[in-house]
Amino acid sequence: MRYIEPHGHMVSRTTDDYQAMVTAGCAAVCEPAFWAGFDRSSADGFRDYFRQLTDYEPARAAKFLLPHFSWLCINPKEAEDLALAADVLAMIPEFLAKPNVLGIGEIGLNRNTRNELKVLEDHVALAVKHDQLILVHTPHLEDKLKGTRLILDLLASHRGVKPGRVIIDHVEEHTVQLVLDRGFWAGITLYPDSKSSPPRAVDMLETSGHDRIWLNSACDWGVSDPLAVPKTAFEMRRRGHSAEFVDQVLYQNPVRFLSQCPKFRLPPT
Amino acid sequence: MPTPRSTALVDHSFVPTRAKLIEVAAFLDRVERYGAADDFRCEALRRAAKVLVDGKPARARRILEQLSDPSTKPDRVSSGKAALGAWQKPAKR
Repeated sequence: MRYIEPHGHMVSRTTDDYQAMVTAGCAAVCEPAFWAGFDRSSADGFRDYFRQLTDYEPARAAKFLLPHFSWLCINPKEAEDLALAADVLAMIPEFLAKPNVLGIGEIGLNRNTRNELKVLEDHVALAVKHDQLILVHTPHLEDKLKGTRLILDLLASHRGVKPGRVIIDHVEEHTVQLVLDRGFWAGITLYPDSKSSPPRAVDMLETSGHDRIWLNSACDWGVSDPLAVPKTAFEMRRRGHSAEFVDQVLYQNPVRFLSQCPKFRLPPT
Repeated sequence: MPTPRSTALVDHSFVPTRAKLIEVAAFLDRVERYGAADDFRCEALRRAAKVLVDGKPARARRILEQLSDPSTKPDRVSSGKAALGAWQKPAKR
């Protein structure tokens, strides 16, 4: 079996995780910029983080023969500080030419505030200006439905946004169809306690289609499982889905979306 | 969509699902015992549980919708970094 991990915060994981992922068939990992668990105190903190995402982490992954790609942004959890966000946004173009950078992400909303929405709007404008793919984080728990609607309306209002170049992540049963109906790609995140479980993810594939959907573990420093994607393959096979179906959802779909960035190239298998 | 034997689907999912349902029941007993049953999140859980037995489809979607913030305008300020899992109507000022 082969799969892509399209959303993993590998700077928070150990080399054991890299080894386990490669052993399970992982062919590439993509790492969106994320909240560190605490607010960074200045834009320089982000500069160091972006260096980690574009220089150090790809080298660490390469030791396990795993291609590593990244996305850049200031995460919505730190978007309340508009001055800090402006400084970080101004710095991002310096890093866009790095060979492993795929686009802008994970941008989006956390608590659905006006400031978060302003910073999201600025990120979208930056992505459009530099012709970048976009990876959107949708809020947690009770905030997800409202946040998803706000995000969809904002993206629809921007003339330069092409829905086929945007993936809206962390969808659940109440948001997956909203996203797909507007022409965007949808990401299902597999978490032990929140977001989706492997059985629920397969339910969504069965009821909402599987053409523009990818699965990810979004593994980070919190409760998460870097092998959640291959474990979901087992749930698919147990229900009678074919090996071709598994390959399409776990490998071909992310490759199709990510290949819209010419820098996403995988070594021949 | 494939058509696995329906009994196979139940065979491998019933016991784990049974365990989760009992966890819900035990949690509701526990919060009563500890005097926390009127926490808005526990009330939301009891309301959501009614969806399980109303005989209508899309239970997961409807429970998620029921636990969601129904408002449509962005908030003026953040009430904190973390969501709580159920929506509580803001107190009138």
